[in-house]
Amino acid sequence: MLYREAGQFKTSYAADQALLPILQDRIGLSLILLVAFVGIPLLATDFFIGSVMIPFLVFSLAAIGLNILTGYAGQLSLGTGAFMGVGAYACYKLTTYFPDINIILLILFSGVFSAAAGVLFGLPSLRIKGLYLAITTLAAQFFLEWCFIRIAWLYNYNDSGAIEVPTRKLLDIAITGASATPVVRYLVIISVVTLMALVAANVLRGRIGRSWMMIRDMDIAAELMGIRPLRAKLSAFAFSSYYCGVAGALMVFMWIGSAEVESFDINHSFLVLFMVIIGGMGSLLGCFLGAAFIWVLPIIIRAVPQLIGLDLLAATTEHLTNIIIGVLIIFFLIVEPHGLARLWQLGKEKLRTWPFPYASN
Amino acid sequence: MTNRTFTALAAALVVASCWIPVAQAQDSLYIPSLTYRTGPFSGGGTPFADGYADYLNMLNERDGGINGVKIIVEECETAYNSQKGVECYEATKDKGALAYSPLSTGITLALVPKAPIDKIPVFSMGYGLSAAAAGEKFPWTFVYPASYWSQMSSILKYIDANDGIRGKKIGFIYLDAAYGLEPIPLLDQLSESMGFTVAKFPVGVKEMQNQSSQWLNVRKESPDWMIMWGWGAMNPTAIREAAKIRFPLDRFIGNWWAGSHNDLKGVGEAGKGYLAANFSGLGQEYPALQDVLAHVVDKGLSKVSAREDVGNVLYNRGLFNAVVLAEAVRIAQDRTGKKVISGADMREGLENIDLSEERLSELGLPGFTGELKGSCADHEGGGSIFIQQWNGSDWEKVTDLIAPMSDIVRPMLEEAAEAYVSDKPDWQSQTCS
Repeated sequence: MLYREAGQFKTSYAADQALLPILQDRIGLSLILLVAFVGIPLLATDFFIGSVMIPFLVFSLAAIGLNILTGYAGQLSLGTGAFMGVGAYACYKLTTYFPDINIILLILFSGVFSAAAGVLFGLPSLRIKGLYLAITTLAAQFFLEWCFIRIAWLYNYNDSGAIEVPTRKLLDIAITGASATPVVRYLVIISVVTLMALVAANVLRGRIGRSWMMIRDMDIAAELMGIRPLRAKLSAFAFSSYYCGVAGALMVFMWIGSAEVESFDINHSFLVLFMVIIGGMGSLLGCFLGAAFIWVLPIIIRAVPQLIGLDLLAATTEHLTNIIIGVLIIFFLIVEPHGLARLWQLGKEKLRTWPFPYASN
Repeated sequence: MTNRTFTALAAALVVASCWIPVAQAQDSLYIPSLTYRTGPFSGGGTPFADGYADYLNMLNERDGGINGVKIIVEECETAYNSQKGVECYEATKDKGALAYSPLSTGITLALVPKAPIDKIPVFSMGYGLSAAAAGEKFPWTFVYPASYWSQMSSILKYIDANDGIRGKKIGFIYLDAAYGLEPIPLLDQLSESMGFTVAKFPVGVKEMQNQSSQWLNVRKESPDWMIMWGWGAMNPTAIREAAKIRFPLDRFIGNWWAGSHNDLKGVGEAGKGYLAANFSGLGQEYPALQDVLAHVVDKGLSKVSAREDVGNVLYNRGLFNAVVLAEAVRIAQDRTGKKVISGADMREGLENIDLSEERLSELGLPGFTGELKGSCADHEGGGSIFIQQWNGSDWEKVTDLIAPMSDIVRPMLEEAAEAYVSDKPDWQSQTCS
C-alpha cells in the first residue's frame, strides 16, 4: 500500500524517464535531504557531525567510486586507497600553488589527476579480467604508496613526510583547516556528495552507464553489439577514480586535516571494497548503506556500554565491536548475498502490497 | 520481521547517539588517554597506557587527586589509527580535557593544528613533530623531554665518545614512514660537520618482519655502527637479523622507541649487548613506583597483566608522561589559584614545568630522568638521554645522562618551525620576551 504507484499517471516522456518515477521515492528523498541539509546542522552535536556524518559521507563517495568500477563495470579493483591518495596529494599541491583559487573547486579538480592515474592503471583491464586485474590494481596501490613516501615534492619536503591542510576560506568563513567548524565542513561535503551522487545516478542510467553494465554482464556480447571495450572500460576507470580522488581530497581537507601515507594504505582499499560488497554491488543506495554499516555502526556499538552505564575497558569495547561487526557481516551475507540494498528493494516490494500481500496481482 | 526490528533498533541507536549527554567535569580533572591496546602496535601501546593510568590512579588513591581534586582518566581506543584517533579526540574534547598524549605521530600531526583552536595542549612526549620544540611557533604543543633531533645528536655524541666518530660509517635503519624519516635532515647535516658517512636502510611498514634484504645490504656496506628508528615488530626482527649476520650488537643503538622489554624479551639471550636510548628510569625501585604497586596494582585497580611488568621501559615511559601532566596541573593550579583548571591553564602549567633533581626526589622519582625545565620558547626542556644495554634478560643503564648538541639542533628546530608556519598565515604564534 505504501509503495503502490496506482493513480500516478505519466503524461510525458520526461515524466516517464524521471530519476525517481514514483512519488513515494521523491517524498522520501526530499525528506532525507531536508534532514541532511537542515535538521542535522541545526540539531546534532559537533561530535555527531564531525566524527559520524563527515566520515560517513566521505566513505560513501569513495564507495560510489568503487561501485561504479566494480559493481557496474565489473572490474575488480584493490587500488581505491591509492586513488584517494592521488586526489588528496593533488589537491594539496594545487592549493600550494594556487592558494587564491577556491578550495572546493580545487577539490573537484584534483579528481582529474586521480582519474588520469586510474586510466593508466586501468590499461591492463583490456587484456585481463577478474582476480588477475585485482592484482594489477594492487600494483597501483603499492606503487602509488611508494610515490607518496619517496617523492618528497608531493608533501612539500615536509620533515615528517605528512601533508598539513592550510586554512582556506569561502566568503570569509574558514572551510578547511582546524578553525573550520564541523557544521561548515559538513555542509560543504554534503553538497559535494549530493551533487556527485546525482551525477552518478544519471550517468549510470544513461548510455555510458549501460555500456559499462553490458561489459560487466558479457563483454564479448557487448563488443558484438558495438560497445567499444577500450572506451567503456577506461571511462569506467576514469569515472571511478575521479570519485575516489575527490573522496580522498575531502577526507584530508574536510575531515582529518593532515595525512601521511598510512591514510591511504591497502586497508582503506579493503574497507571501501567491503562497503561496496556489504552495501550491494551495482547500487548507489548500497554505497550509503555499506558506508553506514562499516563506519557508523561501530561508533554506535562503542557508545552503547556508556549509554547503558556499563563501565567497560575501551579496548574491550573495541574487541567486542570487531566481533559484533564481523558476525553481522557474515549474517548479512548469508541472509542476503546481494547486500543491504537488495534488502531494501525486497522491503519495497513487500510494502507495495502491505498489508494485503495475498491481494497482489 | 527480525530485519525490520533490527533496522528500527539501529535507527533508535543512531538517534540516541546524537544526544549522548556530555559529562562536564565540574569538580574534577579530566585527562583523556588515547590508547592502543588493540591493533598491530598493541605490544607497545598496552604497557604505556598502563603506566599512564596507574600513576594518575595512584594520585587519586594516595592523595585524593591533585590538591584535593580527583583525576578522571578516560581511555579511548585508537588502535594506532589516525582516523580513530581524531574520532577519540572529538569525542572527549568537550568533556573538559586538559591535554592529549596520543603516542602516535599520525594522530599528533592531526591534533597539532586543532590544539590552538580548542585550547587544549598536545603533549607528545618524545615523538611527533620535532619542530614543536620551538615554543614561539608552537604555543600549544610540547615535546618534553627531547625531540627526535636532540636524541639523534646525543646518540652520535655517545658514538663519538666511544672510539670517535670521524671517518666512521654509520648505518641508519629506519621505519619508512613519517616517524623514521624525521631524524634524517639532522643526520645528514651532522655527517658533514662531524665527518662520518651515513648508509640508510629503509624498512617498509609491510616489511617490518622480513628484513633479510636490508641486512644483506648492511653486511655489504659493513658500517661501524648501526642506529635504528623502529617501532613494534620491526625492532625484534632487526635485532635478530643483526645477530644472524654477526653484527656486533654493542655497536647497534636503538632510539627510545626501539628499546623496550617487549622488543627484547622474545629475542632473549641472542640480543645480548644491544644498546638503546632512554629517558625514563628503569625498574620499580623508586618510591613513586612502590606507591603505585601498593595503592593501585595490589588493590587490583591496575590493568597490568603481571606485577613484574611494573617498571618495564614502556610502563615507566607512560608513567613519566603522567608525572609531567600531573606536575603541570599542580603548577597551573598554583599560578591561577584555581582548583579546577582548563586546557588553557594546563598549557601554562606545561610551559612552566620545572622538574629539578629535588622536585623529582619529592615526587619519589630520584634520578629517574634528567632535569626538565620548560619555558615559553623552549618546549623541549633539557633533552638529555641515557644509554641502556640488554644483558640477555633485562635492561641495564650503562651511561650517565648525555646532553644533546643544542647549539646545532636548536637552530635547525627553529628553522623547521619557521618552515612549518610559513605557509599558514593564520597560525597562532606567541612572542617570548
